[in-house]
Order: sequence, then structure tokens, then C-alpha cells
Amino acid sequence: MARRMVYLDHSATTPMDSRVLDAMLPYYSDVYGNTSSSHSEGRRAERALETARETIARILNCKPDEIIFTSGGSESDNLAIRGVASYARSVQSEVHLVASAVEHPAVGKTLALTADEPGCTYSLVAVDQDGRVDVEDVAEVIQPSTRLVSVMAANNEVGTIEPIGQLAALARSRGILFHTDAVQAGGQVRLDVQQLNVDMLSLSAHKFYGPKGVGLLYVRDGMNLHPTQTGGGHERGRRSGTVNTPGVVGMAKALEIANDSFDEFTAHYLRMRDLLIDEVLAHIPGTTLTGHRTERLPSHASFVVDGVEANTLLMHLDTRGVMASSGSACKTGNPEPSDVLLAMGLSREAALSSVRLTVGRSTTEDDVAYAVEALRTSVERARTLSSSGLYEFH
Amino acid sequence: MKGVRDMRVVVAMSGGVDSSVAAALLVEQGYEVVGVMMRLWSEETSVGGAHNRCCTPDQMSDARRIADRLGIPFYVLDTRSTFRNTVVQFFIDQHREGNTPNPCIECNRQIRFDFLLNNALALDADFLATGHYARIERDAEGRYRLLKGVDEGKDQSYVLSVMGQAQLARTLFPVGALPKAEVRRIAERFGLPTASKKDSQDLCFLGDGDYRRFLREYAPDVMTPGPIMKTTGEIVGEHRGLANYTIGQRRGLGVDSREPLYVVHMSIEDNLLVVGASDALGDLTLTARRVNWISGKISDSAFHAEVKIRYKAKPVPALVEPMDDGRIRVQFDDPVRGVTPGQGAVVYDGDVCLGGGIIERQPNQVGR
Repeated sequence: MARRMVYLDHSATTPMDSRVLDAMLPYYSDVYGNTSSSHSEGRRAERALETARETIARILNCKPDEIIFTSGGSESDNLAIRGVASYARSVQSEVHLVASAVEHPAVGKTLALTADEPGCTYSLVAVDQDGRVDVEDVAEVIQPSTRLVSVMAANNEVGTIEPIGQLAALARSRGILFHTDAVQAGGQVRLDVQQLNVDMLSLSAHKFYGPKGVGLLYVRDGMNLHPTQTGGGHERGRRSGTVNTPGVVGMAKALEIANDSFDEFTAHYLRMRDLLIDEVLAHIPGTTLTGHRTERLPSHASFVVDGVEANTLLMHLDTRGVMASSGSACKTGNPEPSDVLLAMGLSREAALSSVRLTVGRSTTEDDVAYAVEALRTSVERARTLSSSGLYEFH
Repeated sequence: MKGVRDMRVVVAMSGGVDSSVAAALLVEQGYEVVGVMMRLWSEETSVGGAHNRCCTPDQMSDARRIADRLGIPFYVLDTRSTFRNTVVQFFIDQHREGNTPNPCIECNRQIRFDFLLNNALALDADFLATGHYARIERDAEGRYRLLKGVDEGKDQSYVLSVMGQAQLARTLFPVGALPKAEVRRIAERFGLPTASKKDSQDLCFLGDGDYRRFLREYAPDVMTPGPIMKTTGEIVGEHRGLANYTIGQRRGLGVDSREPLYVVHMSIEDNLLVVGASDALGDLTLTARRVNWISGKISDSAFHAEVKIRYKAKPVPALVEPMDDGRIRVQFDDPVRGVTPGQGAVVYDGDVCLGGGIIERQPNQVGR
């Protein structure tokens, strides 16, 4: 069996930092109140919740009241898109929405479904071969009825960082709201909402060593959006449901750690990532880096591997103890070409042959060396298999 | 020699009791076990979705849970295009030729013991294991022999008769030496699901289990109506396309007759369905092509053996005569009913499966 385990799938999720767990633990059975309760136990929980909100607001450079806690990135994206579309439809008959062609399905699918409703349409903006959105292209699709532009801060499959500041400035100048799905960028890119000039921003805690099942949507003061989850009117009526106090406390702690050690962590990611990219390209023939070479997440390496189907490759890597992922692979054996790679102009074949390796805080040079060697062997095996079969049985 | 603990085995898992027990036994014996399920092609219909009934999402998650319980990794292998291009295409082509194919035989030939075995070996496995009811032994000369499963009622050697020495050397059938009841008991002992997948005559890739509808869509040319003729030469009706019928079929002919009539022959060239009384069904001989001898050795003289002409048929005594061109001629001791072109003719010496071939259309079935 695998002699060594190397986890290189930190873009899928990260292990929770032990300091985060420590911060959370009191809020399960010690401080257990419902933050909506008016009694002392409720107030204790509320204090923790609001302290966490303040911590996060300080890091994102916004007001605490501009943060809505959610169950994670997908919910935040849904709230941003559906919430804005729903409000806009209540005040105007035609509503047009814009997003890039490489959004996460939490944005892409939600947008398509929202635009199914009467009076609602949307446009997807093409990207270049690196997966970058051009401001000019966005300007071109904007219509008088456009109410929202949503472009991710960094792409989850190829790691490309989008020019959010420029895009948001364009939207602002046209009086259009701008949302960014910053889920993949969390903990790796400085997210100052004033500097970025965005109206809404989604984050998910488990991407930056926080707990799963908790996230947030930053919503700029004064902008209108309808809630998508209704009920008791929590989060100032924008997201009903008892707040996940331990989760929120954990997210605040995780963001604080990521922020305090930002330079140290990103320098480490960059070193590991560049080592990985250089070694793969140098030692494994038929590999191409996908995404932008420099404007990419510090932790993110992704490749197209010629002649190797991603599902097969991931299986071979896993039997060698290396955990990676791909935009086209799936657990049910019916891989579909990655929409992101297709949007970047890659062939269907290439879009079925991608692999993503994402480093983390604990990744070492030895891990990288081991993974590159495992990848080299796996690629070799998979290529032999797909070209002729190892053995001729008939 | 490598010990069991240094050996890796890939187990083809279906989520059913047989392959689950196969995996459990191998884990218990100390092998390093890797579970794999093939995702096979299926037509897209509103009834069945795009899921082959051998690997539905439910079965995949069952198998995944079982693998987890056994503490082994589990992967789903995309086999859709390979399966579509081989087994499914073969099924369509065979019907075009007027044959009634056995896709399971073809699947074992081209998918399980070729594609999957190759994938297993590429994963550095020493063996591929399946939940088939059959046994593998080595004879005094070191040759691998394929034997019937201990549980005669469950024996699957018929569909494994396409295997050769190279495959048998790399294959394990952990439940082949056990009666089904024992397999269930073992499943209970391991806390595995004990329900068998429904033993179905249906083909796994059909959306709704109706192969006639499938052929109407995928091979409309074999669904052209034509005349039904009695063995006496008299035209007695119209058939709905030859692929709707199989040799020996009595029901659904739509012909009025005092005596029961059976399909005895089909002529693709003339789009003609020939029916006759039951005595016209008995055949004393058949020929088979695509012959495989499991030992790898071809007998050069005729020999007595038992031959099984369908999965559920009983092996019957016959003289098996190897022909110069690699085909075999089988002469039954007594006339046999239901000899059907496209099905396997599998040769046994007692419990030992010697090999077999695919039954050819016989030229002399009309007008005897």
C-alpha cells in the first residue's frame, strides 16, 4: 500500500488549524446559547458572535454590519445572485446579469437558473487562454438593464487571479453592483473590500484552515438584496436561521491566523508551488501548465497531461499516496470535460486530462519531490495503458 | 516467492453480495485489496436515465460503503466508450447477422478480462478478483484449469469460457469454491449487505429492459417486417423483424395453427422467419467459431465431452471435432433443442471447462 501520504488538494479543503478548534470548542456546550435569546446565556453567545464579526470586518476592512454569516461559499453565492436578481425584478421589468465563463457552479448554475425566470437574462464573458477576464469584454456585454456583474477573485481549477479591482471599478462607473466569489482566494490574497471596490464578496472558512459549513457574504451598506432563506429574520433579516456560533468563531480565528501570518504562509506556498511547477514541467513530458503563470494563487499548480484521462491518473496517484484533483474527474466514473478549460480554448481531450495539485502550510520539499515522482510513474502507466494495453490478451 | 501480504488484488465490485464477499475474503487472507467498479455505457432513456443497471448511483454508493467498511480504497473506472464500442456494438452487429448473442461472454472477453485486467495490472496488482462462481486450479503440468463453481446452480464457467492461460494466471474467484448459502453467511459475518442483485435476464445497458425496443432504435434495419414460412414451405404470416425472435421461441409468433409452432430458422438474406413443429427443433450437430481452448492447446482429434449450448442449459454428451480452420463441429449423442446461433457452445469434461466457441448459423435447418 501507499508508503507515504501526500495531500496536495488544499484547494478542495484544508485541515482545520488546531488553534481554530481550540477557539471553537467552548461554543458547543459551555457557551451554548442561541444568539437571538435575550437571557444571559444568549447574550454570551451573541458577544462571541459579534466579536467574531468585528474581527472579520477589521480584516476585510468593512463595517461589522456588512457581514452576513452563511453556511458556506455556495450559499453566499446564491444569496448574492438570487438576492440581487430578486430585488431588481421587484423594481424593474427587465433584469440582466453578467458573469465570467469560468465561474464556480455555485455562481454559474445559479445564474443560469435565475435567468430562467421571466424578465431575467444573463451573459457570460469569455476569458483568454489563461482564464483571465478582460475589462473591455465585460464593458461590451453591459446593457441598460444590467444589475449585477459577478467575477470570481481566483479560479478554483486553474488558479488564475482575476482583475477584480478593474472590473469592480467598471461596474461602479456604470452604476452596476459587483460581486466576487473569493472562496478560492481566501487566505491567499489580501481581501480588502474597499481597495477591491466590490459590493459583495463570498468566503468559505474551510478553504483557509477553518471549519466546514460556515462562510460569509460581505454586502456593502445601503445596497438592496432580498433574502433567499427566510424565517426568524436573523442577520438583519438577510439570512434567517440560528447562527452557527462555534463555526463563526472558528472562521474569525482562521481568518485572523491567515491574516497575521499572511506573508509567511504565502511565501511558503509560492516556494512549494514554483518548485512543483518547475519539476513537473521539467521531468514529465507532455505536461502544460494551465492558468496564468504569475497571476495565480500562491498555492495552485494545474496541468494538462497529454494522453492521460484525469480519472485514471487520480486513481494511480492515490494508490501511490498522492491526493490530487481535477476539473473533469468525478467519483462516479463519468468524467466530463472541464468547462473552465473548454472556456480557455482547450480541446475536449485536453479538458479531460487536467490535474490540479495545490500545496498547503504543511507541504514540504520532500512532499513535492515524492509527488512529482509519483505523478511521473502514474502518467507513464496510464499512457501505456491507454495506447496499447499493458498486455495483449486476445 | 511473494507472500500474500505483499500482493495487491484489484476486486471488481458491484455492490452485490458475491463481489463484496470476494473482497472481504481477500482482505481477511491478508492481501492488499483495491476495489474497482466499472462505469459501463447505458442508453439514455427517461426510464433508466443514463445509468447502466450494473452500476447505478445506488450500487456505486453501496460498493463505496462496503469498500470503506473493509478498509480498502475504491475507484470507479470510466468504461463507457470501451463498453459501447465492444459489447454493445457486438450485440447490435450480431442481431444484424440474425444471431442471438450472449453479451456477458463478450463482456468477459473484451472488458472484464482484458480492459479491466489491464487496468488492474497497471495499478501494480498481482491479481484481478471477481465474484464469479467458478474455480481456478493448476494441473500437474502447471497449467491453469477453469472449473465449475462448487454451487452447480450458480456456476458461471459458461460465460468465463473465453479465458486463457494468461488471464487465469492473474485471476482469483474467491467465492467459486463456496455454496451461495455460505457466501451469504460470510456476508452476515462481515456485516455486509446480503441481498443478491436481482438475477435478471435483462441486459445491463438497456434503459428499460426491452431489447426489442432497443434494437428498433439502434438497428432499425433488423426490425423490418417479412414473411413467416413453415418448414413445409407454406407462408403463414408476417413477422415484425427478425431481431424480435430467437430460435425455439413459441410465444408471440401471431400464427394460427392447430399444432404448436416454434422458430426453427431465420434467414437474414430473405428476411424470412421459418417456423415448424417441435420435432423440427432438435439438432444433432452444430458448428462453432471464435473457439477458445483454455489450456491453450488444441486437440487434433475428436473427443467425447459434454457441451452446454446456453447459460441455463444442461451440458449434454457430444463428440467434439476440431476442424482445420479452428472451428469445432459438435455431434450430440441425442438431438438437442434450442441450438441458437450467437450463443456459446461450451465444452466440459466433468467439472472442467475446456473452452468453447460461438454457435454459427447452421445451413440445413430448413426443409428437413
